[in-house]
Amino acid sequence: MIEVSNLTHRYGDRVALSNVCFQVKQGEIFGLLGPNGGGKSTLFRVLATMMAPSEGSASIAGHDVAREASAVRRIVGVVFQTQSLDKALTLEENLRAQGHLHGLSGATLRERMQSAMTRLGLTDRRKDLVETLSGGLRRRVEIAKALLHRPQVLLMDEASTGLDPAARRDLSRHVEELRIQDGVTILLTTHILEEAGRCDRLILLHQGRIVAEGSPDELRARIGGDVVVLQAADAKSLAGQIEQRFGVPAVALDGQVRVEIENGHRFIADVVEAFAGAIESVDLHKPSLEDVFVKETGAGIE
Amino acid sequence: MNSFLLPAATLWQRELVRFWRQKSRVMGVVASPLVFWLFIGYGSNDLAKFYSGALVLTVMFSAIFSTITIIEDRREGFLLSMLVSPAPRTSMVLGKILGSATLGWIQGTIFLIFAPLAGIHIAPAQLLVVAAAIFLVSFTLTGLGFVMAWKMESTSGFHALMNLLLFPLWIVSGALFPMATAHGWIKAVMYVNPLTYSISLLNHALLMPDATPGALTSLAVTAAFGVGLLLASGIMAGRKSVRSSA
Repeated sequence: MIEVSNLTHRYGDRVALSNVCFQVKQGEIFGLLGPNGGGKSTLFRVLATMMAPSEGSASIAGHDVAREASAVRRIVGVVFQTQSLDKALTLEENLRAQGHLHGLSGATLRERMQSAMTRLGLTDRRKDLVETLSGGLRRRVEIAKALLHRPQVLLMDEASTGLDPAARRDLSRHVEELRIQDGVTILLTTHILEEAGRCDRLILLHQGRIVAEGSPDELRARIGGDVVVLQAADAKSLAGQIEQRFGVPAVALDGQVRVEIENGHRFIADVVEAFAGAIESVDLHKPSLEDVFVKETGAGIE
Repeated sequence: MNSFLLPAATLWQRELVRFWRQKSRVMGVVASPLVFWLFIGYGSNDLAKFYSGALVLTVMFSAIFSTITIIEDRREGFLLSMLVSPAPRTSMVLGKILGSATLGWIQGTIFLIFAPLAGIHIAPAQLLVVAAAIFLVSFTLTGLGFVMAWKMESTSGFHALMNLLLFPLWIVSGALFPMATAHGWIKAVMYVNPLTYSISLLNHALLMPDATPGALTSLAVTAAFGVGLLLASGIMAGRKSVRSSA
């Protein structure tokens, strides 16, 4: 449904995307995970037909996003990171204006508005001015707005930013429903691990490059065994000492040392014994997407 | 056709609804030209002479207020969702400019209430001519505002441009002194200043004595300027890349 090949984009001398290739199948929830500045937003803007890439191409349902922008706009719904609603208008007026921009009117538009509002649980707030709605509700209105023209693909840029955990769960439930009931293909950008974990597949973007691609489980499986995180006053020197003594790679990041290792519990006993004074706290967990990210890039996500 | 007119109509309507919900804007736009006019007019003991200038100032303030919302729309994201919709850019530009021009027209028409103070009495039939002239002037000034605002990142930049460009243009437009008595190079500036023709167009519509340039010239120049700005706005907005503050 979405095909990106050899996509490269430069802002002046700065390379924002470098030779990015991936494909998204119909009905998939596909995530772009990475830190801010990693290239997610640039990729999103290219896919949303907001700018043409310097090199390479991207297409949605067979239409090139740069050359056939208006065909793409008809089949894609876009939810922006920033609010795109007019606060001085009511919920319903916002939806109606959006419908008109897509050439919808009359009974068709009324029916589409009704079904979008019902689906996202907005019907009883339809007459309210957007400025009186909470952040979570506004996000839902944004999605309702993006769905009016029945898009085959929904692009969501950091859609859960600024939402509390409950509103975030609520949002992913709605997204999941869309995929199941309407077969909508969803591409979302995020730097929130929990959200990335709910995608069918994702790519990790770092400095404009894809550093890893796969389902959340596949990605986590790249790390054998456990992840041990040690809090230390001097993480760098501790990491060096651990590598020397135990012969395992240790990454120092933000005052912590991360070690990937089989049988983490035994390693903990040994490492605490060996560097008793240097360690402030110890954490053992199954690999998370963040661990994958750290492993592939040596940098953190947030 | 529907996919061209509908987006334009909805954006036009949006301007009116927003305006209706913030009625205090009328005060802001009408009050300061009114105060300027009363001070200058009473001070020089000739309210009628400065009436058209004050009327243009009212319309200009309205056009500025309205087109500043383009910058706000960009900052707040509303513009983004417009730009990734399949609606033609030209239709959006037309809707925005017509909407803003209508607001300027409403406020300019409100200013007509004060005409009797200057001894200007408008016959009912003449009112149509005056209203049409105000609309044309409003359309032109809105187009100018659009062209200025489209490239702007911040509203403060817009204010700076307004002080540096629009106000001086208004001062040398015949609003304060007629072209006939202007001195030296200022007279030349007045010739090429499109606002000069807006003022004289209104003077002709209001049947003021000694209005120069001539009625037809004023109408032609104002209309040509308006259409030119509309085209320029359409071309600017039609450019491929979309900037955002995000």
